[in-house]
Amino acid sequence: MRVSVNGAERECAEGATFGTLLEELGIDARAVAVARNDEVVRRADLGRERIAQGDRIEIIKAVAGG
Amino acid sequence: MADVLKIGTYELRSRLIVGTGKYPSMEVMQACHDASGADMVTVAIRRINIDDPAGRTMLDFIDRACYTILPNTAGCYTAKDAILTAKLARELLETDLIKLEVIGDQQTLYPDTRGTLEAAEALVADGFTVLPYIGDDPIACRQLEEIGCAAVMPLAAPIGSGLGVCNPYSIRIIKERAGVPVIVDAGVGTASDAALAMELGVDALLMNTGIAAAADPVRMAIAMKHATLAGREAYLAGRMEKRLYANASSPMRDLIGTST
Repeated sequence: MRVSVNGAERECAEGATFGTLLEELGIDARAVAVARNDEVVRRADLGRERIAQGDRIEIIKAVAGG
Repeated sequence: MADVLKIGTYELRSRLIVGTGKYPSMEVMQACHDASGADMVTVAIRRINIDDPAGRTMLDFIDRACYTILPNTAGCYTAKDAILTAKLARELLETDLIKLEVIGDQQTLYPDTRGTLEAAEALVADGFTVLPYIGDDPIACRQLEEIGCAAVMPLAAPIGSGLGVCNPYSIRIIKERAGVPVIVDAGVGTASDAALAMELGVDALLMNTGIAAAADPVRMAIAMKHATLAGREAYLAGRMEKRLYANASSPMRDLIGTST
């Protein structure tokens, strides 16, 4: 199924959770936060929340700023 | 007696809050944080690079045992984006603190007052400790306080401009009427700017470029630490009144060579 991750379209396996997506992308879940369709996915739910067709997913981290 | 600054439920010993942006290196940034004496530092929130996700994040360079992290919503141009950014920051950092920025214009980076008020209202209702970046506008500051913001953060001058306190009279009016801490955010370029702002009576300063863009950032961090303290002490001491003509410090009696 097609989803958008940080503005880029990508293919995602049916039934994938946010946890499996992060793993697939090589992202350490502790260093990021995730939103789906403008709603935060709680850290505790990353491993069980399933991604759906057409989801707009944002994965963010802390960077330098003032 | 400790001169502690209370922002919501948070207590700061230092009245200087510093950023993490624009430093020549992470090592210099860490040395500046240390030299500044700050106990709160800001970070920004951005999308992770999917093509290079393994890189270190800012959190690898901040010892959270020493520093309270204040995430910002810099780069947001709408209340909606700022609210989502704040919620993501809360999830990532496990903090209710947010430096709210809703920017109105790319060239001036002035805040969008309407968007800032709208986002502040939503975030306060959601339980955030909201520190909004705002213009040097006493009415907007009052409205943000009424909404329930834990502090107000009027700019001294445009972000990254180093122009110093452009409108000291507005900053004074804001401070005189505020019931929450006033933190001058943005525009402080050198130590005298910091001292002047603190002498106006504001509660704290937030700066980034003033330190990071100095030729010797660590030395400037030391200067800013002392200037903030000096300005604070001068404010608390209460300055002498200005007068137009001289008023001798030494006695005018018993002068040598005067005839009886």
